[in-house]
Amino acid sequence: MNAQPFLRPFTAPAVLCTVGLVAAMAAVLQFSLRAYVPGSLEPGGFTLANFSDLLKPLYAKVFLDTVWICFLTAICTLFVGYPLAFALVRTQNAILKSILLVIVVTPLFLGEVVRTYSWIIVLGNNGFINSVLMNLGIVRQPIQFMFTTFGVVVALVHVTMPVMVVMLAAGLSHIDRDYQKAAESLGAGPVRTFLTITLPLSMPGVVAGVTTAFAWTFSAFATPQLIGGGKVNMISNLVYQLGFASFNFPFAASLCVAGLALTIVVLTVLRLAARPLDDLKAH
Amino acid sequence: MPRSTYQRLLGFVGKLAVLLILGFLVLPVAVVTIAAFNDRAILSFPPQAWSLRWFAKAIAYQDFRDGFRNGLVVTVWASTIALMVGAMFAYALDRYRFRFKKGIEGILLSPLVIPHFTVGLGFLILAAQVGWTRGYAVVVFCHVVLVLPFVIRSVYVSLRNLDQSYELAAASLGAPPSRVLLTVTLPLLLPGLVSGWLFAAILSFNEFTASLFVTAQRTQTLPVAMYNYVREYADPSMAALSVMYIVGTAVLIVFANAFLGLGKVLNIEQSR
Repeated sequence: MNAQPFLRPFTAPAVLCTVGLVAAMAAVLQFSLRAYVPGSLEPGGFTLANFSDLLKPLYAKVFLDTVWICFLTAICTLFVGYPLAFALVRTQNAILKSILLVIVVTPLFLGEVVRTYSWIIVLGNNGFINSVLMNLGIVRQPIQFMFTTFGVVVALVHVTMPVMVVMLAAGLSHIDRDYQKAAESLGAGPVRTFLTITLPLSMPGVVAGVTTAFAWTFSAFATPQLIGGGKVNMISNLVYQLGFASFNFPFAASLCVAGLALTIVVLTVLRLAARPLDDLKAH
Repeated sequence: MPRSTYQRLLGFVGKLAVLLILGFLVLPVAVVTIAAFNDRAILSFPPQAWSLRWFAKAIAYQDFRDGFRNGLVVTVWASTIALMVGAMFAYALDRYRFRFKKGIEGILLSPLVIPHFTVGLGFLILAAQVGWTRGYAVVVFCHVVLVLPFVIRSVYVSLRNLDQSYELAAASLGAPPSRVLLTVTLPLLLPGLVSGWLFAAILSFNEFTASLFVTAQRTQTLPVAMYNYVREYADPSMAALSVMYIVGTAVLIVFANAFLGLGKVLNIEQSR
């Protein structure tokens, strides 16, 4: 009897998808090595010029800005998301837990455009925060949130938070409660129990959350595009602009390749930095 | 207990922090809702008069109607194809040994870390090179690839938690493999399949960045139509549409939580 009766029919469609994805990525790689012919959608011959152009200050700055925004967002999301993940895991009340879960998870499925638009209404010069502050007489002039890195990061933290909370909660929920009970019975206060037991044991979740938040933010497009409004640019915005405003697809492709390389480097560094934590998981 | 006042204070501070964070999460939703019911075209807080006219305008706007329809077409195709491809592959991953298993798995899960604009650009260039017109096929294929990791994971976790003794019992009673699969494995997997499909459908319907690259005017999905609207107009019909979007999604989430247990799907149930 055949031990793997459905092997071929079950893997064939997946192999087809794999081939498609690889072909698409190969297309990006191939375009990144081609010359840009102004006014034509067809690329020219093979060249490395796109990659040397990436080093121009204008583009190098966008790369640095992108990494900085991703880093800021990941860290802020971690600090804001941790208490929420903690509450989500520790709440005993089933109804409260469901409410928390729905509030946390719904934005995850809301899509970037709706959430970014909502933040425009909150942060705009005639927006919610400025209206409230001016009506209360706290400020005379509206505070400029739009088109600033601050505004972009606030919205990105909101966009990234659900993923972070889910990752942290997964890490927190797998901690054996007996460790905490042991610490408490030995006389450790709640703060000390948290700092010496819960926090170190939740580090695998923290690492997973930060890496995902970083990759997630790197992928963001609508938020920096609409809230940054051209003043705050991330790689995604540059790729779109180059592709659809100047039809310079080869250079857009080289930005994608460099961006992907950068993501891989950052994620690998984060993984390596977190390696000592694997010992914790094993015990 | 000597620590009780201190502990109570600590608990209070913790609850306050969680409330503030929840406020941060809910703030844009609340503000967009107020803006949607505001009668005036210019955003102002608090609104002087209320009306439903922005909802009427949003529903009547042709680009939104087309976007909604296109989005549904793409979502139904993409999530269903992804479910079938992903479920079969997850089964093979769990049960079979085959060549390039790790490699195929790695590539299929890679859209979790590859930025969507890169995937979108890739499929755009690929479609142009192969000579595909920018129709639904390329959008659907792109979405299938993007949501496949979520389906594979969801079904794989369900397969792992499945008690194989039922299948063995059926097989030992003489059921051929196809019958075991259809009458035992498939029904047992149903919750995992439903949640995987729901995940895929919601993600596909909301996918924006890659869609912006691969859709044409004729195939633009709702998020793309919304993005184009926000860039050109500033009236609150977008807020009204957002509210409908939020309510629709929240209903789906509550539904999914009640029937499937989101905690289990997301793997965040407290271990005891």
